[in-house]
Amino acid sequence: MATEAAKEESGLVFHPMDQFIIKPFFGDGSEVAWYTVTNATVWMFLAVIATFLLLVLGSSKRSVIPSRMQSVAELAYGFVYKMVEDICGKDGVKYFPYIMTLFMFIVCANFLGLIPTSFTPTSHFAVTVVLALAVFLTVTILGFVKNGASFLSLFWVASAPLALRPILAIIELISYFVRPVSHSIRLAGNVMAGHAVIKVFAGFAALTAVSPIAIVGITAMYGLEVLVSFIQAYVFTILTCVYLKDALHPHH
Amino acid sequence: MATETNSAEAASAPGMPQLDFSTWGNQIFWLILALIAIYLILSRVALPRIGAVLAERAGTITNDLAAAEDLKAKAVEAEEAYNKALADARAEAQRIVDEAKAEIKGELDVAIAKADAEIAAKAAESEKAISEIRASALENVKVVAKDTAKEIVAAFGGKADAKTITAAVTARMKG
Repeated sequence: MATEAAKEESGLVFHPMDQFIIKPFFGDGSEVAWYTVTNATVWMFLAVIATFLLLVLGSSKRSVIPSRMQSVAELAYGFVYKMVEDICGKDGVKYFPYIMTLFMFIVCANFLGLIPTSFTPTSHFAVTVVLALAVFLTVTILGFVKNGASFLSLFWVASAPLALRPILAIIELISYFVRPVSHSIRLAGNVMAGHAVIKVFAGFAALTAVSPIAIVGITAMYGLEVLVSFIQAYVFTILTCVYLKDALHPHH
Repeated sequence: MATETNSAEAASAPGMPQLDFSTWGNQIFWLILALIAIYLILSRVALPRIGAVLAERAGTITNDLAAAEDLKAKAVEAEEAYNKALADARAEAQRIVDEAKAEIKGELDVAIAKADAEIAAKAAESEKAISEIRASALENVKVVAKDTAKEIVAAFGGKADAKTITAAVTARMKG
């Protein structure tokens, strides 16, 4: 911050990415060992607490006529449950808790990250890559366990002309392995970009002439980010369901 | 301005904190813990509870709907019974009315017949009385005529015997 003050005389200063720096939450050091409690750790566990508050405390009364909190909890439950059931079918329902876990973590982390000066764990590739790889590996292993070698028919498009099938198989294979990449980068990229843009607008707000526009821009971006926070959680979850469906029913 | 931004970014160490792989281990470790925590919360407590609440509500709604259906059927039944009772009552009333009418008519007929008979008897009696009166009148006329005729004959100076006068009066009255 001291160097920032020095730069300020020369004009605009942009540090849009500084908000993503991971630093220890307790103490001043910048050393991050694998066990250090960092700002990322704190906000991940705030997401856990938010999930707990919403789904456990919200439903603690078990009332037939729900309170507001219980309505939201039931809405979240119904939303993901219906998604899993619609896409994966009846036999996909037993994986519902795993998918609900992903959804609740992402949606809570995204929304908590919208609090000013907070930190967004889902803006980090480390987090989204783990999530996406977990889905990818689970789905692939599940596909082979459930279907054996016939899981490979996922890549062999039986409805296409015979001559095209090898080419399609290569394309399908590549697209299959690109899945975790797009799956993880989509989420982190969206969240990160939105937060960075807000920071850039905030940088412009220091200039008196454009500050009203900058503030309007921040407001508009914030509104968009609220939307993105939910939509990206939804997209991540629905893609997980689609991949899971491929594992359960690989035949086109 | 662009160079300034770049130099400022360069000053704040990593261009993208996301690509600072030294923090990945830390994030992955805590992420896995957080996910396990959420999974345990969801699978042990939250999801069974919410599922149970939703199932209970669905059950309650189904039961209530069935009960409503039941009550509706009962209402229809009651209405039918009411209508039937109403129709029965109407038929009964009609029957009573008919009976009463028939009874009254019978009584009336008897009374009329009786009255007719009385009227006929009275008429016959009256007729008899009238004919008696008429006969006695005739008699009186005959007597008066004889007397008158005897007086007239006497007045003219004649002397008529009763037999002739009676014969003459009787012949005149017939004529």
